[in-house]
Amino acid sequence: MGVISEAVKEMNGYKLHIVKSDKFKTNTIVWKMKAPLNKEGVTKRALLPHVLQSSTAAYPTTEKLRSYLDDLYGANLFVDVAKKGEYQILSFSIEIANEKFLSDPTPLLSKGLELLADILLNPLAQNGSFDSETVENEKRTLKQRIQSVYDDKMRYSSHRLVEEMCAGEPYALHVNGELDDVDNITAQDLYSYYQQAFAQDELDLYVIGDVAEAEVEAAVASLFDFAPRTPLEANLLSGIRKEEKVVKEPQDVKQGKLNIGFRTNVKYGDKDYYALQVFNGIYGGFSHSKLFHHVREKNSLAYYVASRLESHKGLMMVMSGIEFENFQLAVDIIKEQMEAMKSGDFSEEEIQQTKAVIENQMLETLDTARGIVEVIYHNVVSKAHVPLDQWMQSMQQTTKEDIIAVANKVNLDTIYFLTGMEAGK
Amino acid sequence: MEKIAFEQLQEELYYEKLGNGLDVYILPKKGFNKTYATFTTKYGSIDNHFKPFGKEEYVKVPDGIAHFLEHKLFEKEDGDVFQQFSRQGASANAFTSFTRTAYLFSSTSQVEQNLETLMDFVQEPYFTEKTVEKEKGIIGQEITMYDDNPDWRLYFGAIENMYKEHPVRIDIAGTIESISHITKDMLYECYETFYHPSNMLLFVVGPVDPNEVMKQIKENQSKKEYTDKPEIQRRFESEIEEVAQKKQVLEMNVQTSKCLVGIKAPSGEMSGKEMLKWELSVNLMLDILFGKSSRHYSELYSEGLIDDSFSYDYTQEQGFGFAMVGGDTPDAGKLAENLTAMLLAAKTGTNFTEENLGRATKKKIGNFLRAINSPEYIANQFTRYAFNEMDLFDVVPMLESIKLDDIRQAASSLIDEKRFTVCQVVPKK
Repeated sequence: MGVISEAVKEMNGYKLHIVKSDKFKTNTIVWKMKAPLNKEGVTKRALLPHVLQSSTAAYPTTEKLRSYLDDLYGANLFVDVAKKGEYQILSFSIEIANEKFLSDPTPLLSKGLELLADILLNPLAQNGSFDSETVENEKRTLKQRIQSVYDDKMRYSSHRLVEEMCAGEPYALHVNGELDDVDNITAQDLYSYYQQAFAQDELDLYVIGDVAEAEVEAAVASLFDFAPRTPLEANLLSGIRKEEKVVKEPQDVKQGKLNIGFRTNVKYGDKDYYALQVFNGIYGGFSHSKLFHHVREKNSLAYYVASRLESHKGLMMVMSGIEFENFQLAVDIIKEQMEAMKSGDFSEEEIQQTKAVIENQMLETLDTARGIVEVIYHNVVSKAHVPLDQWMQSMQQTTKEDIIAVANKVNLDTIYFLTGMEAGK
Repeated sequence: MEKIAFEQLQEELYYEKLGNGLDVYILPKKGFNKTYATFTTKYGSIDNHFKPFGKEEYVKVPDGIAHFLEHKLFEKEDGDVFQQFSRQGASANAFTSFTRTAYLFSSTSQVEQNLETLMDFVQEPYFTEKTVEKEKGIIGQEITMYDDNPDWRLYFGAIENMYKEHPVRIDIAGTIESISHITKDMLYECYETFYHPSNMLLFVVGPVDPNEVMKQIKENQSKKEYTDKPEIQRRFESEIEEVAQKKQVLEMNVQTSKCLVGIKAPSGEMSGKEMLKWELSVNLMLDILFGKSSRHYSELYSEGLIDDSFSYDYTQEQGFGFAMVGGDTPDAGKLAENLTAMLLAAKTGTNFTEENLGRATKKKIGNFLRAINSPEYIANQFTRYAFNEMDLFDVVPMLESIKLDDIRQAASSLIDEKRFTVCQVVPKK
């Protein structure tokens, strides 16, 4: 039950992935573009998808493009910029109704694919430049998007931890780019970057839904055609810190935000990656985990406390919201529980419980089309190509010794605390 | 057990009202891994003035008690229920809204045990003074977390502006001060009043056999003793038609300003199809006025007054309702002015054409299909609709029946300057 079948086809310049499933009322199309994160490209790359989704040559204003999407039964178009390991990944998604659930039989999937091709390949541009008004509008919105991180203190403190912890590594770059670089981008620069991205990026197209494989393949082949390429590899840089770094930042806030970063030294696809998943689950991933139990339930210090893995970079982040004066107490408990993990102070029951919940979480993720894409895209980023049933099996076979061993590879790197003005003095 | 088929959507819904009054709905979803179940009581933050079960006098309870009770139901004599769910491979959660408290789990295995755990933990309260005190620290941090969240403050600030008396103006979690007064006896009193099965609804959606699930639920419920219960007596002060406050500006530690224009819904009791039609008409109206394909959206966007945080939404419940339009903006004053002018101009109805209604209707139908991919959406929304005597599966036929006149009617009853309010968050000087 549950494990999906993914058909992968080598196309001209990209891979087509089809996952057939009849459980959804919609079909989902996702176009992914992957390139290494770097200071020169990060801001242009963050801007590009927002410019592309604003208009096309055929629908030259947002009003016209969005009206067309509404006419296609509210086809949902959205773009996303994400950081996975040392890569910056762009996603263009269209989710469109499957007409078999409508009284109107107009075929919608082919229209969705055509529109995606239009957005990607026929933008509103001429003479080697995007429409400058569109670019200016999107530059302004991008600046607001970058600034808005400051206003959401949970996101802000997560972001600040990464900045402090990974200083000097590409991973420290903000996914939406650098505020100071936005103004200098011209409509011509961005167009050159666009051409470069389509020439060099690793490209993947996902189609999920109740679709006919051969038909999709034929339609896609006629719409998307690129020169072959060898995708660029990111330079993996990973700092080793001898002594933990502690950063306290005073701000006008009511609640302290404690974010602690660890280096796991394990990445997606590594042999001990499955043990790392179980380790994280016992330690802080869930509401039965040690952190939730000790920080929240036993000591009433927090409402939220959790740990989360960044699988491609090899990081684990702990986050919690606490009273300013409880900083040391919370840090001590979080460290104590880490020591407990390293010395094997956890039961067979905790292991079984955690495995059950991880398996459940994975299967639940596969109940959404976007979840399916995210799960199988790990294989592209890591080049590991782990089939899902094997993933599940390896996770289930993890032993207590494996978990202790992986716990001992995990090192605390940086403690970041967003604290109050008075407390920070 | 009754079976209701929705042919166009290819879904089947099973329903039965049990002897103790509990409404049970089951929607089989083939091909899905997960089963999702919600056990919901029609009891939320607004139910703070009522006649306790078995008593003659009305009481007023501290702000935030429904939410507090939700937290405390998870703790039992032998530990917390999260542990048990995770031993059974499930993830569990709960939420409290203005009008409902819902307990839920999702799991891809051991569904029968998890369903049993869900019914039992909600129906077997265990409150002690000690555990109640302990929870005050945890919920205190939840409240503080929201205090630092400008979007949360903005939204609830706008509601506070609109309502003078109605308890919808009170924060769902209460304040650190208000929850300090909560005792275990108050929790039991609220529990006895609002957690009777006749005030609750159980929804199960997933790859399940409806006959077996119904049988299990009936067996579980028949083992528990419930006396028949009179209708719950809630009291709400009468509310004025106009907003309580025209404007509120919150200074916070932010870099970007935020602005919401709120519209308070006309008073008057509404439920069932009438309410569904009204709610959908107002939503279509807002889509036509402010959707990404609208002229207004393009104008505001190209003037730099809005960005992709811009949103609009309409909420209608029995006794209160409001529209909210806005988001992040570099100029909160100008955005408020423009939105207000656009809304007032729409009252005459000239903005609405057959063409833009047709488009908005298609969009809503497509969005509905997308939404019912989600078991969570189905269970939660179905419950909300049912508590208001509406049927989630009437949405598409109702959308198809809404005419231009209905939109104009909605605009003319809702849009009225006395119903408008503005809430802004601006950077602290």
